[in-house]
Amino acid sequence: MTATAATDHRRFFTFAEAPNLLRLESGATLGPVTIAYETWGELSPARDNAILVAHAFSGDSHAASHLQAEGGEDKPGWWEFMIGPGKAIDTDRYFVLCPNILGSCMGSTGPSSPNPDSGRPYGLTFPMMTIGDMVTTQKRLVDHLGIARLRGVIGGSVGGMQVLEWMVRYPAMVRSAVAIATTMRHSALAIAFNEIARQSIMADPNWRHGDYYEGRGPDMGLAVARMVGHVTYLSDEAMRRKFGRKLQDKENFSFGFDGDFQVESYLRHQGVKFVNRFDANSVLYITKAADYFDIVERTAQLARPGDSPSQRSRYLVVSYTSDWLYPTYQARELVRTLKRSGQDVSFCEIEADCGHDAFLIPDQRLSTLVGGFFDGLD
Amino acid sequence: MVLTDPATLRFDLRIIASTIEPGSHVLDLGCGNGDLLAWLAEHRQVSGTGVEQDKNKATACIARGLSVLQGDLNREVDDYPDDTFDYVILSQTLQQVFAPAQLLSSLARIGRRVIVSFPNFSHYSIRLQLLCNGAAPKNEQLPYSWYDTPNIRVITLKDFRRFARDVGYTILREIAISSGHAGGEGRIIRRLTNLRATYGIFIIEKSRREQEQPRPQRQPL
Repeated sequence: MTATAATDHRRFFTFAEAPNLLRLESGATLGPVTIAYETWGELSPARDNAILVAHAFSGDSHAASHLQAEGGEDKPGWWEFMIGPGKAIDTDRYFVLCPNILGSCMGSTGPSSPNPDSGRPYGLTFPMMTIGDMVTTQKRLVDHLGIARLRGVIGGSVGGMQVLEWMVRYPAMVRSAVAIATTMRHSALAIAFNEIARQSIMADPNWRHGDYYEGRGPDMGLAVARMVGHVTYLSDEAMRRKFGRKLQDKENFSFGFDGDFQVESYLRHQGVKFVNRFDANSVLYITKAADYFDIVERTAQLARPGDSPSQRSRYLVVSYTSDWLYPTYQARELVRTLKRSGQDVSFCEIEADCGHDAFLIPDQRLSTLVGGFFDGLD
Repeated sequence: MVLTDPATLRFDLRIIASTIEPGSHVLDLGCGNGDLLAWLAEHRQVSGTGVEQDKNKATACIARGLSVLQGDLNREVDDYPDDTFDYVILSQTLQQVFAPAQLLSSLARIGRRVIVSFPNFSHYSIRLQLLCNGAAPKNEQLPYSWYDTPNIRVITLKDFRRFARDVGYTILREIAISSGHAGGEGRIIRRLTNLRATYGIFIIEKSRREQEQPRPQRQPL
């Protein structure tokens, strides 16, 4: 049986056409900029029910499936359990918006997009961009959709960084912020793993200083980068439970390097899957943006307690016990910072052994927290 | 927000709630399922935050629309700027606190007033149990055995009055009540409180020495 090809529900917003180029945090300019996005639900007449979902580093705008008018099937999104009719982010009540981040390769402008100056892909001529630049482009999209104030901004991991960036850049535009499995800035550990991923790509001879779009790309380097990343998204417990020392399709060791253990086979599979889906230069740019991200010195820009209640925002911070990429102590630092600046903040650590990726795994506790939090704004 | 029927609010919490002025900003330490905060928000337009160690309870609170921090109250109170709250509530938790004087000083720093409630260890039934049985007392308010109790402090109303004075607090109000542990019903005790009350509720604030009346000059004889 052949599955019906999933309809592409992406829409595209293009702005910053020459000469009105977008000025990035680094001082460089970029344009035109296209942001791919998907939406679910209906924008209310008052335009006050919009929730922006910020995806993580390798994510895309397809956060959830769309209802099919003609009975066709749509493939599930990366946050299918959270977004939909009657779910925590209830598309019967909220207008949900998920933009693909700047620098990605899933429809928004990034290093694999054509450089208007040459007509060839940007590669390394793509300017270095930051989480702040991602959020600036999201804000332009929100303006374009005629939404003056978002009901909420929510995201996990690098998506959580975008949430925090929204709160320091445009606090008056956001009623509530949900930051999941995230941090105010990368630790040396997180930067170290990103650097290994980048070096792995750049060491691949097919990378050719980022100019590989006409030939074979740095597939091996990108696969290894993903393998490293994947290990940081899991946990010791999760890997013990899932793989232990089990062998893949064999009874005895092969005494060679073909891969004996299930965990080896799993990582190779993840690497290959990623190569088919993602652009190596996007990994370089987005990991670097995540490493540069730091709101610690900018928390004075958050809404102040003296602001009127209609200008104030509410926060929900969620962490996971087995997340060793952004451990709970980093979430607690964020909570402490928010408390010190007089913000209305809720926090809960969820017991889960699946590591950093836990926020992507269906879990009633996360649904309950987020659903109740958004409901409670009224 | 899920509303709380006032009749279902535990009796001691109803008494505490009745002492809080509408529109106040409140911190509820050990807020449990958030019944008090929900009641205060609904009936007194009180904005509040809770602190709860138990993850399931904290989740339940957040899910009903309350602002709650899951964590250890001894640590959570350190992060707030001075005078963040009008009231800080420590309800039926003091007997489980390792360093009560230190905690109270933090509470008085972040809140103008502190409401403390605890089970009264000098209730006549407890006295009688110890006298007659010679064993560590157990009752509705203190249902644990000595080896599994979270209650590491035994406090009486009299002890607390002395403690509050010694560590520099003024008792603004003292309410002695008698109610069961589940505590739907109860009554206020007015006489022989140290003997007859199952719980004490104290509203205290930091003694402000500079505001005290200057002592009259002693006249030379």
